[in-house]
Amino acid sequence: MAVEVQPTPGASPAPDSPLFQSPENYLTHPSTSIGSWLFTLDHKRIGIMYLVSILLSFLIGGLLALAVRLELMWPGQTIMSAETYNHVFTLHGAIMTFLFIIPSVPASIGNFVLPIMLGAKDLAFPRMNLGSYYLWVLGAVFFVGSMLMNGLDTGWTFYTPYSTTTSSSVISALLGVFVLGFSSIFTGLNFIVTIHTMRPAGMTWFRMPLLLWALYATAIIQILATPVIGITGLLLIAERLLQIGIFDPALGGDPVMFQHFFWFYSHPAVYIMILPAMGIISELVSIHSHKPIFGYRFIAFSSVALALLGFLVWGHHMFTSGQSPVSAIVFSALTFSVSIPSAIKVFNWLATLWRGSISFTTPMCYALSFIFLFTVGGLTGLFLGTLATDVHLHDTYFVVAHFHYVMMGGTAVAFVGGIFHWWPKMTGRMYNEWLGRLSALIVLIGFNLTFFPQFLLGTHGMPRRYFDYEPEYAFLHFLSSVGAFTLGFGLLLAAIALILSLFNGKRAPANPWGAVSLEWQCASPPPYYNFKRAPVASFPYDFTRVEYDPPSQSYIVRAEEKGAATADH
Amino acid sequence: MLEMLTTSLFSFLSTILGTLPALFGQLPPGSSFWFPPAASNVAEGIDWVFYFILYLCLFFFVLITGLMLAFMWLYRRREGVPALGGPSHNNALEIAWSVIPSFLLVYLFYVGFVGYLDLRTVPEEAYEIQVNAKKWAWAFTYPGDISTNELHLPVNQDVRLVMNSTDVIHSLYVPAFRTKMDVVPGRYTKMWMNATKKGEYKLFCTEYCGEKHSAMLAKVVVEDWGEFEKWLAKEGDLVGNYGYEKAGEMLYQRKGCNQCHSIDGSAMKGPTFKGAFGKEREIEGQSEKVVMDENYIRESILNPQAKIHKGYPAVMPTFQGQIKDEEINAIIAYLKTLK
Repeated sequence: MAVEVQPTPGASPAPDSPLFQSPENYLTHPSTSIGSWLFTLDHKRIGIMYLVSILLSFLIGGLLALAVRLELMWPGQTIMSAETYNHVFTLHGAIMTFLFIIPSVPASIGNFVLPIMLGAKDLAFPRMNLGSYYLWVLGAVFFVGSMLMNGLDTGWTFYTPYSTTTSSSVISALLGVFVLGFSSIFTGLNFIVTIHTMRPAGMTWFRMPLLLWALYATAIIQILATPVIGITGLLLIAERLLQIGIFDPALGGDPVMFQHFFWFYSHPAVYIMILPAMGIISELVSIHSHKPIFGYRFIAFSSVALALLGFLVWGHHMFTSGQSPVSAIVFSALTFSVSIPSAIKVFNWLATLWRGSISFTTPMCYALSFIFLFTVGGLTGLFLGTLATDVHLHDTYFVVAHFHYVMMGGTAVAFVGGIFHWWPKMTGRMYNEWLGRLSALIVLIGFNLTFFPQFLLGTHGMPRRYFDYEPEYAFLHFLSSVGAFTLGFGLLLAAIALILSLFNGKRAPANPWGAVSLEWQCASPPPYYNFKRAPVASFPYDFTRVEYDPPSQSYIVRAEEKGAATADH
Repeated sequence: MLEMLTTSLFSFLSTILGTLPALFGQLPPGSSFWFPPAASNVAEGIDWVFYFILYLCLFFFVLITGLMLAFMWLYRRREGVPALGGPSHNNALEIAWSVIPSFLLVYLFYVGFVGYLDLRTVPEEAYEIQVNAKKWAWAFTYPGDISTNELHLPVNQDVRLVMNSTDVIHSLYVPAFRTKMDVVPGRYTKMWMNATKKGEYKLFCTEYCGEKHSAMLAKVVVEDWGEFEKWLAKEGDLVGNYGYEKAGEMLYQRKGCNQCHSIDGSAMKGPTFKGAFGKEREIEGQSEKVVMDENYIRESILNPQAKIHKGYPAVMPTFQGQIKDEEINAIIAYLKTLK
């Protein structure tokens, strides 16, 4: 890349090597003042602000989870009353869902890398991007507000008529959800427009990095599904404030209708959560095995298929709700269709590993953990999609275990892996790989110890959202709690590895992993303007052009030979 | 540090493995690794479906993680050796691994569908029990208007439950019968069961319903017709069988009063009953005090919102239509004994 280079003090790279700290790197340019961060329009800075905020939410949600597990470690009251417990598990679920997982990958990593992957200077609408961040902050304030006021004890699902009759602060929490919804829509809209209009020369749809396909599919859901939760929230607020009968049977409403409205958003939202994670895994698996992704088109199309099919299966959350058996049967049949695109991705990732050259870097360790955990999470979904077994398992710990394997073992693990992968790009620092790998191992062990016993709790009939339990469940609950603290320790190690790197990490080269996509061809950290001249994109998984350059300790991507640019892979 | 971690991890794992047998000691007799005892006529069929899916999942799990581990070992990075590489896609293979699992899924749907029809098709000639759920107690009403808080079922008899809720959504779940159904306010939901093994089982509420959700349990007793009828006759006339005070005490527990009103003087969601009878109390929103006498108790049971004790939330549900006059008399008699 033709970028002005200034040698870093202490390092001695060749002047034209990609190892440089650009004088105009985005962390210090145009200024380091707080105001320049708060009012920045730079997608990278907004991405970092999102990252910090989202990780803070993850921390709070995680501490609440530990409080839940500590309470459940022994039967009877351990550290809190039943009422407090109901508030704590609600806030855990609500914070993790609305403040952490839904925005996690798109708003932080997506915001940061999407324009650079496109060789663009920014997103299509930088102001809308900043607006989206502040809407997130506002939504978060409403959430924290309800926490400090009366708490919230409805469960994150807000089922009526419990939510229309409880004295906790449902209205402010729902306003929070409403505002957060706009933040999510803004991000989705921005991504769709950017991907449609700002792809660089040479980047056809089928030469986009797969993360972009995943973010694109996610954005479709964000735009189409999010308004439904906003409207549902407003209807619930109207019912509480004005006593209009919508969902509360005491006022002539229908509580099961609320469940339909709620899941019409919240099931597609599951794909808002998992699709970007799958996109990250497609990048990680290919780059760290130094081998082109297998079955690019199948992976790309399966993202879109998941986004669309995800809209048709919401009724599988309601097999025992009193909806008609006919709708239960139809929803069960449709539900099985969503397992195919997920299976396709797993098989393609495996085929990518085959005959690769697998580096066990920290991001790769997290990616391999993801494949393991997502496989368990996906397969256990079969028990729940099957009607006969779901009636027994619905609303038990089996469901809790299943969705944690997918959401935490899937999305959160991929998110952490993604942070480790793009950390050198974001901060310009390398972390301690051994500490990173150790954290991945402890997270994997802790995770399985936490959630595998919950499958058994579920099949033995332990209902979810219980403050107390029968003595026969005590041992498995104890195991699960021990696992939770192990998991927490693993994540703490990951945080330590990253934070330490900021102080004493080696300077990161432009391309430490040997990747081909464009974000690895600008400096680490990237300059304010990303690229001085618009780069020409090639197929992002063609690793034959990648060479290691010992003096700069970085990989270099050779320019594509003339004529090759038009050849389809 | 690494060594310290591994040793502590090792001792931690061995502790866990050492206590593993305790898990099986705690479970009710007849439990397997995966399930509590199967005690209804649909349970075994459902367990069969579960095990079928389980083995299918195990197959794919072993296949996927096995391949992953093998590839991790075989194709680990070696310094200076590039990836062996291979085809970037293979349409025939990819279509195969998309389509072949689809057939399995169709079969899964089919067995789930058939099992579900068994669960949801209520037999015509079933014995009918009315179920009412409210925060946080179950009431089972048998023919002859006999209401209890235990679910007694005659063995090998089709039983239909017609359920409704007074306040929020609850859900009736008996793990040993492998069946559950939500209990929704404003409509009736139905479920049925045919218990095949005599014994006692647990019934849980599985739809989150507030503070005492995890205490909203009931006992299920499966017995012979003869025992069942004897039990029902006794339940039908609590006062006649046990006298007012004893019957009142039983009703205090069965109707769920004990969830919110203590008898030892401690404050719960509602005021305590200890020494309350005949005393004056302050009422929310009015200046005159009210004596807790027979009329006050009766009104508070049938129309709880009329006079709320100062300092307590107005959350008590009404028992209008769910309690007989004789039963109110019994409760009054019982409260008088709580000096």
